[in-house]
Amino acid sequence: MSRIKDLQKNLFGGTTSNVRQFGMIFTLVAIVLLFEIWTGGLTLTSGNLIAVVSQYSYILILAIGMLMVIVAGHIDLSVGSVAAFTGIVVAKAMQEFSIPWPLGIALGLAVGAVIGAWQGFWVAYVGVPAFIVTLAGMLLFRGGNQYIGNADTVPVLDGFRTIGAGFLPEVGPDTGYNNLTLLLGLAACLGVVWREWKTRQTRRTMNADVAPMWITVLRLAVMLGVIVFATLRFASGRVGTSLPISGIILIVLVLGYSYYTRHTIGGRHIYAVGGNARAAELSGVKLKRVNFLVMMNMSVLAALAGMIFVARSSASGPQDGLSWELDAIAAVFIGGAAVSGGLGTISGSIVGGLVMALLNNGLQLEGVGSDMVQIIKGLVLLLAVAFDVYNKSQDRFSIIGSLMRPFSRGAPTAPAGEPRPAPDSDKARVAG
Amino acid sequence: MTHDPALLEMRSITKTFPGVTALADVNLAVRAGEIHAICGENGAGKSTLMKVLSGVYPHGTYTGDIVYQGEEVRFHDIRASERAGIVIIHQELALVPGMSITENIFLGNEPRRRGAIDWKAAQRRALELMEQVGLQEDPDTLIKDIGIGKQQLVEIAKAFAKDVKLLILDEPTAALNEADSQHLLDLLRGFRERGITSIIISHKLNEIEAVADSITILRDGRTIESLDVKADGVNEDRIVRGMVGRELSSRFPDHLPDIGEVFFEVRDWTVRHPNSAERLVCKGSSFHVRRGEIVGFAGLMGAGRTELAMSLFGRSYGVYLSGTVVKDGEEIQLRSVADAIRHGLAYVSEDRKAIGLNLIDDIKTSMVAAKLQKISTYGVIDPVGEYRAAEEYRKNLKIKTPSVDEGVMKLSGGNQQKVVLAKWMFTDPDLLILDEPTRGIDVGAKYEIYGIIQRLADQGKGVIVISSELPELIGLCDRVYTMFEGAITGDVPRRDATPELLMKQMTSMKKTPTP
Repeated sequence: MSRIKDLQKNLFGGTTSNVRQFGMIFTLVAIVLLFEIWTGGLTLTSGNLIAVVSQYSYILILAIGMLMVIVAGHIDLSVGSVAAFTGIVVAKAMQEFSIPWPLGIALGLAVGAVIGAWQGFWVAYVGVPAFIVTLAGMLLFRGGNQYIGNADTVPVLDGFRTIGAGFLPEVGPDTGYNNLTLLLGLAACLGVVWREWKTRQTRRTMNADVAPMWITVLRLAVMLGVIVFATLRFASGRVGTSLPISGIILIVLVLGYSYYTRHTIGGRHIYAVGGNARAAELSGVKLKRVNFLVMMNMSVLAALAGMIFVARSSASGPQDGLSWELDAIAAVFIGGAAVSGGLGTISGSIVGGLVMALLNNGLQLEGVGSDMVQIIKGLVLLLAVAFDVYNKSQDRFSIIGSLMRPFSRGAPTAPAGEPRPAPDSDKARVAG
Repeated sequence: MTHDPALLEMRSITKTFPGVTALADVNLAVRAGEIHAICGENGAGKSTLMKVLSGVYPHGTYTGDIVYQGEEVRFHDIRASERAGIVIIHQELALVPGMSITENIFLGNEPRRRGAIDWKAAQRRALELMEQVGLQEDPDTLIKDIGIGKQQLVEIAKAFAKDVKLLILDEPTAALNEADSQHLLDLLRGFRERGITSIIISHKLNEIEAVADSITILRDGRTIESLDVKADGVNEDRIVRGMVGRELSSRFPDHLPDIGEVFFEVRDWTVRHPNSAERLVCKGSSFHVRRGEIVGFAGLMGAGRTELAMSLFGRSYGVYLSGTVVKDGEEIQLRSVADAIRHGLAYVSEDRKAIGLNLIDDIKTSMVAAKLQKISTYGVIDPVGEYRAAEEYRKNLKIKTPSVDEGVMKLSGGNQQKVVLAKWMFTDPDLLILDEPTRGIDVGAKYEIYGIIQRLADQGKGVIVISSELPELIGLCDRVYTMFEGAITGDVPRRDATPELLMKQMTSMKKTPTP
């Protein structure tokens, strides 16, 4: 009995149980298994996994920026338009002025930064709500895209296509797998083991409860199993395909931004501003600067996502990036961020984004029409957030919790004299 | 009064939350037509009991019986209890700032005529109700344009509009100044004459002693005792004893001040209101603080104490016009909060929930929030350093929590206040400005906070205490400044400080020479 309690407590969240996080991962696994069975094993094939990554990486990149925007208490509706605008500017620049593609990428990021500075200025220094600023931006940059591109499609250079349609190259001896992907997988395994060891060390120095050894081992086994499985699948794709470059960009961004939001002063300030802006200001946080940077960062990531999309579809068109903002926002909220700001994690948003992506993908594999796909996605978003709201209003009662209850009888529950605002510590540590 | 029948009896009320028993076998008997006070430290269960009574916690989520007007009642929501004439007025007022007095009084209870709101009748009735509560205002005035004292009266008028039989007031005078509090208490006495029963929850024991007929004391979710004020000869000390379970020999810890030289000086500080160019909130204020000195700021609501403090603290309030700050013999610039923190200033705000804390944070995150650099290298926060710092303050300040990983939301007011103090002590300040440091916290925690303040002074720091409670200023401070309408009107050393003298200077422009 106590083992199951330990498991529930430690498997997914370092030390504190985090029903939400657990629920999301649980949902993700359930969706994968469901579709794996339903599609007769199509979901987890190399080809499909590679397709999912290259098809959804730009949405997940947007979700990273959106998480920070939402945590800071704002919203960004303009990301799709900004992505499309950047795409057309870069495509045009390469076509008309034949600038080399690396310069094109730099140009795209610069365009994102300028747009971000524009929006950040209105939000942070003038005080216009981000909803309005980015609603305006949505129109502005959509129009800008069509103005520059004459509402036409502009093709891009082959070199540029690498970031959206490229894969890790084949190097070294012929092992039957993509060697670089294997190396990456190995690095990931080592990283996970090292992190686990580090966490144990840290908690020991803090005299905090250290998870029992068997939990650590079990958790490592699960994580390593997933990594090894994914590595082999990605490495054994059709010749010439492997882990997409866009997937690598995504992984780098996720690691970087997770670290930033969890471990640095700058990241802490974003949560502080979203949690209580006035209190943050009176604690010396430069409110305007944080808001400015968060909005600017979002546009830079939107520009990057736009370029990846253009590279993948090999041309920039007027319909690029339509309703991306909604996908990104949905991913963040499914991933457990609070509508009022101050709560949420990068890893949660990525899991939320993956839930949406795999749902989409699985339904498409089954030949479900886009009408039904939208209906189902809408319901998933609604239910995920409703689950959260209900969870809060019931002092920690949760569907997952009640599922687990038969196993955890006798377990002391956290005192909850006051209704808790939310799982309070998920931003500090999350298995990610 | 003993012949009066019981209007309300709550019998053996037990309410548990997962893992905590908030109320254990609590009994409360309120006689018709009396003013009944409920006393207890924060976390004793007063608010929970009232939530059970008013149906916020519906029947079935607690055990025990509620007998009201001789019948057992089972309220399933607040509307049900209001229909029975039980109206609760919370500490945080539930008024819509952008609506008029009339609109607020009848919100959710609008008089109708043929389906539409009958504003004429509402207006007429509003005037009657306002008359009853002694509120002289145009009923079309917006709530945001009247002071908190009058807002309180609007709440009561609103309760009357619902035909109240039992009025429950939760900390009604916490945010009110002396005069408004007095008016409210008189009003309660007037209600008693008219047969309306009131329950009052308050930390201000002098008021309870003055107004209540009987008192029920709760401690740790249990009924400790019920006292009849007249028959039992109840006074403040008696109540305190019941609340804390021991005799508090003194309300202030003994302290021998060790005062050094002047190290912080403000000259001719002038600040105007953020929205109004003519209104000066600080008028050429000059004052100084010595090392190791606890300096009080007394003044009525609106005297400009908080405005002065916040404008000093990195221009967090109003628009700076003129004035200089000298610290350790050098003039310093305090243009931003970051500047202020760097120069060793700390400001603990009067409203810890609204602007002092991020309530969704955990304890350790809150404690280090104002000086993250201290536990960081190259912008990366060291989790071990954070934990150790938080643990140290948890132990030193005796914060009652199982772990520093807990959310601050779960703490009682006193412990939350200690977290805020820890947050600012962590910034290694030379001058701490504490704005109403003991507001809304119970007697035991107050004593501890006073001790902390004295320890800070003993470390050679200067401490400014802004408080609306004169006994607190007199008991704690080495020197007290008085303010009136943005100007400093007095500088009173401890030996001369009496409530009468301070009150006189707090209410007049002229600087009374101190004897």
